[in-house]
This record gives sequence, C-alpha cells and structure tokens, in this order.
Amino acid sequence: MVGGFRWAAMFPDEVWEHVFSFLPADADRNAAALVCRAWYRIEQRSRWRVFVGNCYAVEPAAAVRRFPEVRAAAIKGKPHFADFNLVPSDWGGGAEAWVEAMAEGWPHLEELRLKRMVVSDDCLELIARCFKNFKVLSLVSCEGFSTAGLAAIAANCRNLRELNLHENEVEDNCLHWMSHFPESFTSLVTLNIACLEGEVNVYVLERLIGRCPNLKTLRLNHSVPIQRLVGLLHRAPQLVDLGTGKFAAQHHPELFSTLESAIAGCKNLKSLSGFWEAGPTYLPAIYSVMDLIEDDGLIAVAASCKLLQELRVFPSDPYGAAQPISLTEHGLVAISAGCPMLHSVLYFCRQMTNSALLTVAKNCPNFTCFRLCIMEPHTPDYITRQPLDAGFSAIVESCKHLRRLSLSGLLTDLVFKSIGASANCLEMLSVAFAGDGDAGLHYILSGCKNLRKLEIRDCPFGDQPLLDNAAKLETMRSLWMSSCSVTLGACRQLARKMPLLNVEVINERKRGLPLELQPDNCPVEKLYIYRTVAGPRSDTPSCVWILR
Amino acid sequence: MSPPLEHDYIGLSELHSPAAAVGGGGAEDGALNLKDTELRLGLPGSDSSDRKDKVALTLGLLPKIFVSGAKRGFSDTIDGAGKWGLAAGGGGSEVEAGKSCALFSPRGERGGGGHGNAGNDAVGKAVGHERKDTGQVGDSAGNDRGVAPAAKAQVVGWPPIRSYRKNTMATNPSKNKEDANGKQGLGCLYVKVSMDGAPYLRKVDLKTYSNYKEFSLALEKMFSGFTIGQCGSHGIPGRDGLSESRLMDFLSGSEYVLTYEDRDGDWMLVGDVPWEMFTDSCRRLRIMKGSDAIGLAPRAMEKCRNRN
Repeated sequence: MVGGFRWAAMFPDEVWEHVFSFLPADADRNAAALVCRAWYRIEQRSRWRVFVGNCYAVEPAAAVRRFPEVRAAAIKGKPHFADFNLVPSDWGGGAEAWVEAMAEGWPHLEELRLKRMVVSDDCLELIARCFKNFKVLSLVSCEGFSTAGLAAIAANCRNLRELNLHENEVEDNCLHWMSHFPESFTSLVTLNIACLEGEVNVYVLERLIGRCPNLKTLRLNHSVPIQRLVGLLHRAPQLVDLGTGKFAAQHHPELFSTLESAIAGCKNLKSLSGFWEAGPTYLPAIYSVMDLIEDDGLIAVAASCKLLQELRVFPSDPYGAAQPISLTEHGLVAISAGCPMLHSVLYFCRQMTNSALLTVAKNCPNFTCFRLCIMEPHTPDYITRQPLDAGFSAIVESCKHLRRLSLSGLLTDLVFKSIGASANCLEMLSVAFAGDGDAGLHYILSGCKNLRKLEIRDCPFGDQPLLDNAAKLETMRSLWMSSCSVTLGACRQLARKMPLLNVEVINERKRGLPLELQPDNCPVEKLYIYRTVAGPRSDTPSCVWILR
Repeated sequence: MSPPLEHDYIGLSELHSPAAAVGGGGAEDGALNLKDTELRLGLPGSDSSDRKDKVALTLGLLPKIFVSGAKRGFSDTIDGAGKWGLAAGGGGSEVEAGKSCALFSPRGERGGGGHGNAGNDAVGKAVGHERKDTGQVGDSAGNDRGVAPAAKAQVVGWPPIRSYRKNTMATNPSKNKEDANGKQGLGCLYVKVSMDGAPYLRKVDLKTYSNYKEFSLALEKMFSGFTIGQCGSHGIPGRDGLSESRLMDFLSGSEYVLTYEDRDGDWMLVGDVPWEMFTDSCRRLRIMKGSDAIGLAPRAMEKCRNRN
C-alpha cells in the first residue's frame, strides 16, 4: 500500500519503541520488524533481550550486529541428552566465540545466562573485565571453569546482582574466591553456589551477606555445616529462597532450637532446598520438608499443598533393584487430584497404569509440562499388561496447553498418532525405547505443528520419516536421534536437500573407515540435526561429521 | 517338566525346568528348583551357598554370556545381603559405559503381575531391548559387557537422571551403603574390590600403595587364591586355580580388566589417570573378565539375534 505507512513517520521513533516494548514475545517483535524498514530499524535498536536456543544456529558476530543494543543474553549449547552422557564430552558448545563477540559488540551487556556450555576461566575473566555494568551471571549445567574464574567475577563486577551457579562442574582451585568481593560490594540479590564442591569460607560469606541488604536467594553448598547456618540466617532475615548446606550433625538441643528460631525468623521464606545429608535430627526444624517421599508422602502433599504448581520426584536409588519404598502411580494420581494448580510434573516411578494416566489427564487439563519416567524400559501397564498408549494419549488429548512431554514405558506407534494429532502446543518431546517402526516418527514429524525440539533414543525409527519430513526439520530447533535405525545414506540425502540444516553424525567408535568412505547403508549411532544460518561449525571434534 | 518359557532363546528353559539343568549337582529338592524357576533366570539370588555349586553347573549348560551375570550376582549376594539377588553391585550407581544387554530387569516393581509372568516379561522386554542395543554405540570406555551383569538394565544414560543429581543422592549415607567405601579416616582409604567369579570381595587401602605397579601386584596376590569355576569359551566348567600365566595377564592381558567406579558413578579403566587422581576419585574396584569387555559378548549377541 504505497504511502500507507506515511503516518508512521509522524511519530518519533521513541513512541514506536515504547509500543514495541509491549510485545510479549520475540516472535511478535520479529513480525513487527518485517513491516517496513523504519520499524525494522526501530525494533532492532530497541531489542534488549535475546535468546539463542542453539549457540550454533547463528554466528555470534551476526547476532551482535543484528541487535546492537542488547543488555541481556541467554544462550544454550549442548543437546539436552548431554545431561545423560549421550553426547561426547568434546562435542562442542564452547562459549568463547560468543563471549568474545559480545565483549566486542555489547559492552553494555548486563545479564548473561548460559546453559550446557563449556565456559573457560578466560571467558569469565573477559566477562569480568569488559562489561562495566554487569549484573547477572547465570551458569546452568556448564563446565570448564574454576573458582579462579569466579574470583575474577567477584573482584571486578561491582554491580553484580546475581551469581547463579546451578549444577555446574566447577574445578576448585581458588579457595578464597569469595574474598575477592570488595568491602564496598553490597548489591547481591541472588547467590547460588550449591554446586561448588570445595570448602566455603563461612566467615567471608557471613560478612558478604551481612553487607548485602537486598539478598533474597541464598543457596549454599554441602560444605557449610548446620552450625554455621544460624549465623548466616541471622544476617539475612529477609531471605525468600534458602538452600541449606549440610543438614546433619550430632543432636544438640540448643543448636536445634536456635536453628528453629533462626529459620522462623526469616518471615519471607518461601522456598527451601539443599539439605545435603539431611538426617532426622534436624529436619523437624523445617516444616513441610520431605527428603524421601513415597505415595503416603505425596498423598499428604496433595492434601495440604493446594497451591503446588510444580512437582519433581526423583528416585532415591535409581539403580537399586527391589525398591523398599512405595512410590507408585498412586502418588501421582493423588497429587493430580489434590493440587489443581499443578502444571509441571517430573515423575520417576517403576510402575504405571493406563487408568492412572487417564485419571491424571482428567484431573489436570492444565499441564504444561509432563515428564514421566518409568524406570524400566518397555514397562507395560502392570495390571492389564497393555502398552501405555491409551494413558499418554489421554494426557495429550486433555492437556491442550502441553508444551513439554517425556514418554516412557511400553509404547507402540499408536501413541505417536495421538501425539501428532492432538499435541498442538507441544514444543519439546522426549522419546525413549518406544514405537514399532517408521510410522511412529512420521506421525510426530507430520503433526505437532509447534514442535521445536525432538530427542529420541533407542527407537526403531529409520530413514523414511526423516526424508519424507525434511522440511519440518527446518521449522524446529533441533532433532536428536541415537540408537535408532537411521543410515548414513539418508543423512547424506538430507544434508544435500536441506542446506539450512547442519546434519551432524556422531560416531565414537574409532575403528573402521572414516565416515566419508563408509557406504550409504552404514548405520548411524547418533544424529544431531539443527537449523542454522551459520553453516557448518568449525569446532567439531574428531567424532563428529557435518554432512554436506 | 514345565514347558519352556515363552521368550526363552538362550536355553533359559533348561534352567527353569525343575528337573533339568540344575539337575547335576547340589541339593536338588524341588523347593530349591522352584526357586530357580521362579525369577532367578539363572542368576543366583540370596540363597545359601550350595547355590554356588549350582551356579557352576548351570554355567556349564548356559552359553558363556551368562557367566558374568551369574558371578556377579553371587558376589553381590555376599555383599548386599538382603537385597534382591539381581541387584548389581549392591544397587550401587553403576552407570555402565557399555550397552549391556538388559536380559534381566529388576522385578518387584512389577507389583501385581505374577512372579513368573514378570520374569517372562522381563526377559521378553530385555530381549527386545537387547536387540536394539546390539551394534549400537558401544560408548566410550569400551565397557561393553554386552550381557546382563546381574540383571540390572544398565544402559547408558538411563534412567535419565543427571550424574550431578546421582552424586547428590550418592552422598546421602542413609541411601547408599557403597558410599562407606570411599570414606577416609586417619589417612586410610579402603575400597572394595570385587572380582568376577570370586565368591567374596576384598577391601584394600589405596593409601598403602604409591603407584599402579605396587597396587596391581597386591591385587594379584590377593586374588590368586580364588578358584574361578567358570566356563571357558567352550562351555566347559573349569576348576583351575589362577595359574602363573593368568596372574601375569592379570591386568595387562586380555584375561582380566581392572575397572573402578569413580565419584560420578562411572566405570573407568584403571590406569588412565595419575595415581593420585585415581586414589582421589576411586570408590570401588572391579576385576572384570576381559572377554566380557570385548570380543566375545558381541558374538553372543549375534547368536541371540539370529535365533530370533
């Protein structure tokens, strides 16, 4: 419409920026940016937050150029199955390229959140030096750095608000890294050091939190003994989220009562975690905390925690055989019945029935995340001996807002038919030891219109559904398949057909011919396909081939 | 004689028929045999020691692939008293590097299903599982044992729990007895050493050795007394003691592989890292039959697959 948008020029750019700030999602901002060049430029300048779901999907320099005013970046590296040792340790996901590009192009960066990336101490030092107004560092499931790197952060980030270290592998080579926070440093709001293996200087910690009046989250590591917890709590009565250190000691009535009152003194405490080696002696100091939970415990939770939104139940002994504890489908059903606000579940158990899943589906149509792991692969409904197709189908049919689903148990292609047809909001699907053949995968790839991440292991899915649904792969962030029935020939075809995909074949067995010389019918152990505008990456280890 | 089990393909039925396989030696009252048929699937449970004889005999009738499983089950009996016999390594966090054949799955969790049925299904499922596993990623460390070590369905990355979290659980003393292995007191570091085929485990103080050579010599001495009543690859039960040559091959030859479980719960080959690092991270040791690690097992897999 020629001249149709002339009126837009009457408004100063700032007005449009303000308008765009109300757009809730990046997808909306992307759409606005396509309207006209002016809006493109305005949106570009005013985008402060970027999320890069796959660090290899775009060149760091390109991202920095595209949005030059970014203040907060979140980047993810390795595929999710890296958490379970399925991805070679040298696969990639290094953060240097990104940190260097950001140091160059985003000097005003305030927040950096990295997940499943390899972060070196050099990266941390670069961050500490280059970003003058750095406020938030969140490292989740990362590795490659040490407490020396943390010392650099402590020493140089004068306005640091959040240091969140969640489940990282951190080398402990600088015992006194926390002493590097200067005396003038008072801005801390979140400190999560639960994953650190080394000793923490509690005296230094006390002084640190004593001078940070805005501290809301404090998660300690196992080295902080229960006796010192009291002192810490006294200095931070405003805490909202507490992760304790070691929670066991010889019984001392005096210690018990001071601990109890210290905890009670934190009037805003809403969240508790930690409890390393928690013993029965001191647990009563905390109300409503369960270390080892069984069906009865869950029933109690269902009865009393009406506001429960997210539940995660992990196995206490994942490789044990006869389980003395009684955690079954009944616990899950009780929770589903008693907690109407529940929307996210991660549940490990050893037995399940279709009937229980049907009940859960009926009780909780609001699930956004449902992850059920029946510990033994191929476990059927233990009463009817049927596959659990009906149960999971009920879940996807009832939970119209389901965004994340993990399957387990004995499942045929039928469940995939239901998922493909009904799971319209599903963004992430995890499949293991399921399905009968190609049809299963085909149902998923030809349905599930919002699917972003698909990860599959040990399923009898082969080449055909991949080749038939190649275009779908470009609409997704990534696909992982391991121990399936895919051949090299299909991967080669896919790579030729889809230039915007990186088709990574991972072959850890060193024997035999190099991959280029292998025949088309050579089976592929592990396959990782992701869309990218950056082309093949240059940091592949020897076990990874990117097909072209 | 009861009809062969539905999913039998490795001659399990011999084991399960009361009159059969076990027929040779040991105390053969019907009750005991019933126990054999019940769920053991050839693996010793928490039975009395005359089971050992049966094990030796049944091994003669079973293909080699069962050997390691049987053995380990037995040593586990000693070790993890009270635990169901199929618990591998006392229920320790044995994240197998290799895709072991999940021939046997822990039951108990089957809840209602009859024991026999559960056994069937376990095998059946495991068969299916195994087929998928075969020829798949042997994964890094080459701990491709290939066959049900004492029935734990130890698959890489399954169940999907982060090793980080496994560590967390492992440090809880009330939940994992094995943790006691690594406890240091006063400059000693006792860890358990198990050997495939040995009737009981030993404990060694890692602090008393300063390098791998000393350590391996000590282990050889310690385990030289054991009779390995195992089948050779021909299925013939052997009763040799460890000969001199076998001792020599102990760690470096193909006969045995020395592995250890590190802090993360992973099974590693001994000798890769410096000695100090090894003593720091080693929680327990296992002397594995070398043929379980490589070579033989995949062939047995082949055989199983072809029969089906």
